[in-house]
Amino acid sequence: MASLTLKINNKNHTVDVDPKMPLLWAIRDVVGLTGTKYGCGIAQCGACTVHLGGTPVRSCSIPVSAAANKDIVTIEGLSSDNSHPVQQAWIAEQVPQCGYCQSGQIMAATALLKKTPNPTDKDIDMAMQGHICRCGTYPRIRKAIKAASQLMNQKASIK
Amino acid sequence: MKEITKSISRRNFIKLSSLTGAALSIGFYFPASGKEAEVINLETAENLGIELNAWITIDTNGKVTITNHRSEMGQGSFQSIPQIIAEELEVNLNDINIIFAQGNNAKYGSQITGGSSTIRGSYKKLLKLSASAREMLMEAAAKKWNTSKTECYAENGHVIHKPSGKKFHYGELVQEASKLEPPKNVKLKLPEEYKIIRKPLPRQDTPLKTNGTAIFGLDKKLPGMLYAVVERNPRFQGKVKSFDDTETKKIPGIKHVLAVKMSVFSTFREGVAVVADTLWAAMQGRKVLKVEWDDSGFEHLSTEQLYTRMSESLKSSDSLSVRTKGNAEGIFQKSDKKVEAVYETPYESHSCMEPLNCVAHYQDDKLEIWGPIQGPDWVQDFLSPLLGLPKEKIIVNMTFLGGGFGRKAFMDYPHEAAIISKEIKAPVQVVWSREDDTTQGPFRPGMMYQCKGSINANGNIESFLHRSAGQNMDHQWPNADKKSYNGSATEGFLETYFNSLPHYSFSDAPLDAPIPVMWWRSVYASTNAFAFESFMDELAFKAGKDPLEFRRQHLQESRYHDLINKLEEVSGWKSRKKNEGYGVAIAESFSSIVGEIVKVSKKADGKVKVDKVWAVMDCGWYVNPDIIKAQIEGSIIMALGAAVTHATHFKDGKAVEQNFNTYKMPRITDTPEIEVHIMDNEEKAGGVGEPSLPPFAPALTNAIFDLTSKRIRKLPFNLEEV
Repeated sequence: MASLTLKINNKNHTVDVDPKMPLLWAIRDVVGLTGTKYGCGIAQCGACTVHLGGTPVRSCSIPVSAAANKDIVTIEGLSSDNSHPVQQAWIAEQVPQCGYCQSGQIMAATALLKKTPNPTDKDIDMAMQGHICRCGTYPRIRKAIKAASQLMNQKASIK
Repeated sequence: MKEITKSISRRNFIKLSSLTGAALSIGFYFPASGKEAEVINLETAENLGIELNAWITIDTNGKVTITNHRSEMGQGSFQSIPQIIAEELEVNLNDINIIFAQGNNAKYGSQITGGSSTIRGSYKKLLKLSASAREMLMEAAAKKWNTSKTECYAENGHVIHKPSGKKFHYGELVQEASKLEPPKNVKLKLPEEYKIIRKPLPRQDTPLKTNGTAIFGLDKKLPGMLYAVVERNPRFQGKVKSFDDTETKKIPGIKHVLAVKMSVFSTFREGVAVVADTLWAAMQGRKVLKVEWDDSGFEHLSTEQLYTRMSESLKSSDSLSVRTKGNAEGIFQKSDKKVEAVYETPYESHSCMEPLNCVAHYQDDKLEIWGPIQGPDWVQDFLSPLLGLPKEKIIVNMTFLGGGFGRKAFMDYPHEAAIISKEIKAPVQVVWSREDDTTQGPFRPGMMYQCKGSINANGNIESFLHRSAGQNMDHQWPNADKKSYNGSATEGFLETYFNSLPHYSFSDAPLDAPIPVMWWRSVYASTNAFAFESFMDELAFKAGKDPLEFRRQHLQESRYHDLINKLEEVSGWKSRKKNEGYGVAIAESFSSIVGEIVKVSKKADGKVKVDKVWAVMDCGWYVNPDIIKAQIEGSIIMALGAAVTHATHFKDGKAVEQNFNTYKMPRITDTPEIEVHIMDNEEKAGGVGEPSLPPFAPALTNAIFDLTSKRIRKLPFNLEEV
């Protein structure tokens, strides 16, 4: 067991855990933020995606010790009131069905748009192909990413 | 619709108001056996021991609360039920609060979310109840104003007096309204008068699913809750001979290690549970647990053995007759223009993105359960005799479901949680790993089909013979009649063909195997339709006819013609180019008809790619076109997976594919463009969640035949290798 500091959504949490515990379980079961989901445990489905130091990572496959003292952003940290443009676009395009994989999808889309504000279909494929949705919301994910890109560009031009 | 009484008894409306304070409560009863809801009066209800459901409650603040007796697994009941009620009740959709019901089929009727039944089973009654409540509120207002109801109208949760413009909000009227007799007959709106129904209104659950606040089963936590994982016998029916937990118990956080035995149909699944204070610790403990299994007493089959047996039974004359007309075999034998083909579809895992899990708290003589559950009342019925608890002492709470597809209608995982909680005397959450979820089943049964048919001189089908071989889900239950044929053997076939085909024969050769099988989205239609619609295409080819035209000449009712005309029009079927392959398939299931056309072409490297899918859905009366569109898109992508990306195989009695690295899901890169059209007609509501899955695979393989002249009769196949 080790005492570690996790900086999640700009808030410090001191956790006393097995340092080998995957970050996913520390976030969900120790800190209690359940928006990040378990899907496969082997980095195949993307449901557990969070941002670590600004990069999307599979929290199921990163030991909690490797995330200590770094900036972690989960779906809850994007915005609680759905005001983030990606959340707005997800609602506008009515993406979720069961919704279980969507936290991971949204975190991946957010990271993509940060790096590539005007993604092509190919960029979207590359960024999103690691994410499984059993409900088959892929056509809407594609549309929502484009809509979010527009929203973000509009915001940027207003500024 | 059969009604037990002519009107809703006043007492039905107010029975529950004493429990909730002043409120107008509207209720009805779903018969467990019938297809449609019945209004039932209280006297009859009492005789039958039925407590009426308070479905809709309006409180003195005008807040409307709807109890959703079905689960929300992505299919949209959370949105479509309020849309129906808001329309006739004349309230703003945003003023409706929807809550999940607990399991209680004496109160709600069947709660199983399956068979695409939620809307088609309840919409007429929901419309009538909502309209009745509106009329009572209007009458209450008229009384208060000392005027006639005809001078009033309802809008946006208010009753308005036309001449004066005075208004009451519903909350001010509920006390008065609850004393009134419900109207004998209410006039329902015509579809062209709808303001809320038929509109693509955004789902109320969406914002919960974009900020992480929706609570799925896995997110449920109780104070003092422990976590359990279970090492289960990979051969489904084996027993625990012994286990060694020495290493397991050395891991910090491990609290208990115990053998468990869950009921799975008429057999048991045995395993060893590892319980810890964190899920991670339990998982670690399981890794070092040593279990010795007793796998004697049942066969350890492989995929090859399973399909060899199916293939043999297709050839044998020993089968169960399902449905026949005329002399199909005789006509077929004599014909000189005939086709014969065998089709094969794989076993599949449901693979919901939320793996199975369940929270249980067993205390003294009562059990409370929380979880992603498709049939909360089924869980009660199933667990009551197993645990020796009366149903009322088993409280089943539904959370959001991270996918269901039929798997979460099975009761093994709540059973597991209940047993463990009882043994360890603490609240516990049982979590299945992805590997558990992929390998333990119950699976969609693998099937083989033999089709034979002949064409007459006019180019029409004169005989159609269909024999299926595969496991019958119903044969797994205790005391099942294994001589009974598969009641779903014709599911997926167009009803109108039974009239237009002069000679047909459907038969079934059930396979007995120790692999647990169960409903998988659209159930047997998901595999039957591959055989039906592939074979229709083969017959069309034999007859030298265009596949769409060939189907058209066998469709006798205008409803089917409208659908096929629409398909032809939207897809540009007639103007397709030479280097494009087009394939069509139409299937009927859960009272809806869906036609799909797939367009394929060759990439620069010569490999086949899926360019586009057109889907035309005829589900009759419908609520929310955007939810229907989403269900169709999702069904097509799920069907694509079962056609080209994944299958479950067995070796030495165990499932081979364990996780998404080998059980490969369709991904965004595999997704073609999908265009959806919904037919507008006066037909009764049909299902939406499942019926658009079955036509996709045959439409795809028919398109590939059109492009390459290569007939694919076995799923899954590799698109890269066509």
